[in-house]
Amino acid sequence: MDAKAGQNALLNLDMDTRVIGKPVPRKEGREKVTGRARYVDDIALPGMLHGATVRSQLARGRIVGIRYGAGIPWEEFTIVTARDIPGKNCVTLLIEDQPCLADGVIDHPEEPVVLLAHSDAYLVEEARRAVEIVCEPLPAVFTIEDSLTRKEVIWGEDNIFKSFLVEKGDVESAWAQAELIVEGEYETGAQEQLYIEPNGMIAEASPEKGVTVWGSLQCPYYVHKALVPVFGLPKHRVRVVQTETGGGFGGKEEYPSMIAAHAALLAWKSGRPVKIIYDRAEDMVATTKRHPSKTRHRTGVTRDGRLVAMDIDFTIDGGAYETLSPVVLSRGTIHAAGPYSCPNVRIRSRAVATNAPPHGAFRGFGAPQSVFALERQMDRVAEQLGMTPDEFRRRNFIHEGETLAVHQVVREKVDMKRLMDRAFELSGYHEKRERFAKENARSAIKRGMGFASFLHGAGFTGSGEEYLASEVSAEATPDGVVRIHAASTEMGQGTNTIFSQIAAEALGLPCEQIEIVQPDTANVPNSGPTVASRTSMIVGKLVESAALEIEKKLKDSGFLDGKRDPRAFAAACRRYISEIGPLGAFIRYDHPRDLHWDDERYRGDAYGAYAWAVYVAEVSVDTRTAETRVEDFVAVQEVGRVINPVLAAGQIEGGVAQGVGFALFENIVWREGRMVNGQMTNYVMPTSMDVPPIRVFFEEIPYGRGPGGAKGIGELPLDGSAPAVINAVANATGLDIRRIPMTPETLLEMLESARG
Amino acid sequence: MAEVGKKIRVECTVNGEAAAFEAYPMERLLDALRRELRLTGTKEGCGEGECGACAVEMDGALVNSCLVPAAQAQGATLRTIEGVACADELHAIQKAFLLHGGSQCGICTPGMILASVNLLDRNPSPSEEEIREGLAGNLCRCTGYTKIFASVVAAHRKRDGGG
Repeated sequence: MDAKAGQNALLNLDMDTRVIGKPVPRKEGREKVTGRARYVDDIALPGMLHGATVRSQLARGRIVGIRYGAGIPWEEFTIVTARDIPGKNCVTLLIEDQPCLADGVIDHPEEPVVLLAHSDAYLVEEARRAVEIVCEPLPAVFTIEDSLTRKEVIWGEDNIFKSFLVEKGDVESAWAQAELIVEGEYETGAQEQLYIEPNGMIAEASPEKGVTVWGSLQCPYYVHKALVPVFGLPKHRVRVVQTETGGGFGGKEEYPSMIAAHAALLAWKSGRPVKIIYDRAEDMVATTKRHPSKTRHRTGVTRDGRLVAMDIDFTIDGGAYETLSPVVLSRGTIHAAGPYSCPNVRIRSRAVATNAPPHGAFRGFGAPQSVFALERQMDRVAEQLGMTPDEFRRRNFIHEGETLAVHQVVREKVDMKRLMDRAFELSGYHEKRERFAKENARSAIKRGMGFASFLHGAGFTGSGEEYLASEVSAEATPDGVVRIHAASTEMGQGTNTIFSQIAAEALGLPCEQIEIVQPDTANVPNSGPTVASRTSMIVGKLVESAALEIEKKLKDSGFLDGKRDPRAFAAACRRYISEIGPLGAFIRYDHPRDLHWDDERYRGDAYGAYAWAVYVAEVSVDTRTAETRVEDFVAVQEVGRVINPVLAAGQIEGGVAQGVGFALFENIVWREGRMVNGQMTNYVMPTSMDVPPIRVFFEEIPYGRGPGGAKGIGELPLDGSAPAVINAVANATGLDIRRIPMTPETLLEMLESARG
Repeated sequence: MAEVGKKIRVECTVNGEAAAFEAYPMERLLDALRRELRLTGTKEGCGEGECGACAVEMDGALVNSCLVPAAQAQGATLRTIEGVACADELHAIQKAFLLHGGSQCGICTPGMILASVNLLDRNPSPSEEEIREGLAGNLCRCTGYTKIFASVVAAHRKRDGGG
């Protein structure tokens, strides 16, 4: 496809659809509202043992012994250490640096060392507490600063997992044109995904039968890829099945591979099925969280508010092993300069090692961190220019045909001003901002309005989708039911429903006639991971193509005419299957040839499409109690065609609530690399009393390469919610807040020092 | 510790029927329901009474079954998510959750539905503030609660409208 044709393909103006765009009820909803949906902990296999994980008790050191305490009938237990691993001792992801079980050395305080299994779940917990890992401590690193200055080298040669440099224009020579230069440093804390269903796995494993795991997970083929080397088995002898998954948000992207390996190792040694379910405390302290970050901005502008140069330095704390940090860093880097047009941009970034459990995927994947910094910086630059924050952004918004920091020419019909105007109108932004400024002077409760404007790329970055080469298949039954085989998982975000709608729309069938096959590596092809806002846009398109391929076969055979009728479709399927044979379709992703990415220079078409948004928050801050309440929230976004308005709004509302938590509540307390508040009692997420009315609005510009015109949506709301809230708090109080979470304690300190 | 002492026989009424199970007296009612009665619709989210995923009705009151000793269920009348629908006919709240997007990943849904049913039984026409308060003991990480509020409102409007 040439560039011109590619451009035309981006505009699909056919909005006349039958099931796409309709609030079709959730496919598996009935099972969920009746309690019949089966999550991993609801499954019990005959003879099943319960597994537990004994973890290191210090951040860094050498293991010198393992003591099994008195009073436990150890002979009844299955005990697994690194020595019992039949294959490689690593959790394979991008590289192979993370052991499955620590062997000799400890690199973080929650490192698994010993696995235990017993038929009595109570006894196994007692036994876990009776095992002592005896260690000689080594000096450890707990902060980004100490890692960067190489106080100790704890990973590789320089503690750096990955670094990127994005350059557009020439920042160094551009400073001369700047009439004002504003600097700022910003921080974001770690954040726990806090899906309400903790992680868990069940495994059956033996040299004869191979390895099968069932569990709560986002990416069946990630788990599969990790299990194969641990057992040294051929691929076809490892099987991964996703059970109903009670939330993921990235938290079940990579860590389930670890738990699957543990359960399977215990099953392998004991010869019995083994279930490992983390309790909340273990899930919170040991599994991944959002990467903490530090960002430095140096922004040059002209007096009339034009961006001249943006110099951005972005660092994330990756924890003890590389895991997904290079990819998180990549997304954070690419999103760091936002939806603005600036001729000279430099983004330098790196992910560093510390002796904390590895940080990992969490909805937004690096972007919420760098977008928070940017949107605070934009407000601060505007203030120093003596310009309103909206006018400053208005003068710098990117337009179709202009280039982003990574040199990507925007080919979408983006209109950020329109999104902003609509968000302001719906929230009463201008009127309230003016009124609050007057009222605040005579009130202890200060009110404020803030906003953030941002973009989020859908799908894997750069050539990622090309390498993934995702696959989907479909088959039709003689009754005219079409079964979709994909590895994309349902974890609440709506995969089952969206895929049904896409296939039903393509075939002119009711959604009930589409079946979504349970993700099971023995039965579905590799559609790639369920991450990166890629399921609807990328995999959904493959579902659409597979459905259309089935229809084409029916038409080519002469069994189906142009008329779209479910009964005629079923009759045609029956006839095809009896006269010709199985009726199916297999589709593999084909990367658009007009999308180019240069991995060396880190520039090009970073994403096939972006979602664009402006979010407005209204807050009140009680300056006596330092309590901040978000009173109203308006989220306006352009996400291509909305496939299901109820599900789509649900994605945004849930994401905004998580973003409010990221901004105001969710504070992880670290002590020597260990989370010490691993309970829902003292790690506080928003309750029904804390969330504002969240008002969601969509602009729909169909995207030609998305199924039915859809783009990605899932991660978007995490990017802009926190900066909108904090910009509102800054507007209300006049405080220059640079770090989140902004808890009442930190706000109180700031209020007190402002009072002098 | 939960498993201290001898197991006892607990007799109670569960979802309108007589039920009996064996459990340690101080074992969590949550575990007894899930293991002994196979009522796995009641979920464990935190085990410390914060999230409400394990909420059940006990003698008409909403309780977190992770905080209730099994022995306390002796003679009690319990309702779990399995007892909310009437055979195949969903309760108005369940229908509303299905239609209005009140359930996403579904893990908080059983507790959230019991909390909603309990709220509407006590207060048939709650205000928005009363709905927020009534559900404050049930955490949901997916929805931002917005569609859950909408589901509760839709259920009581429907009931008010339909008599």
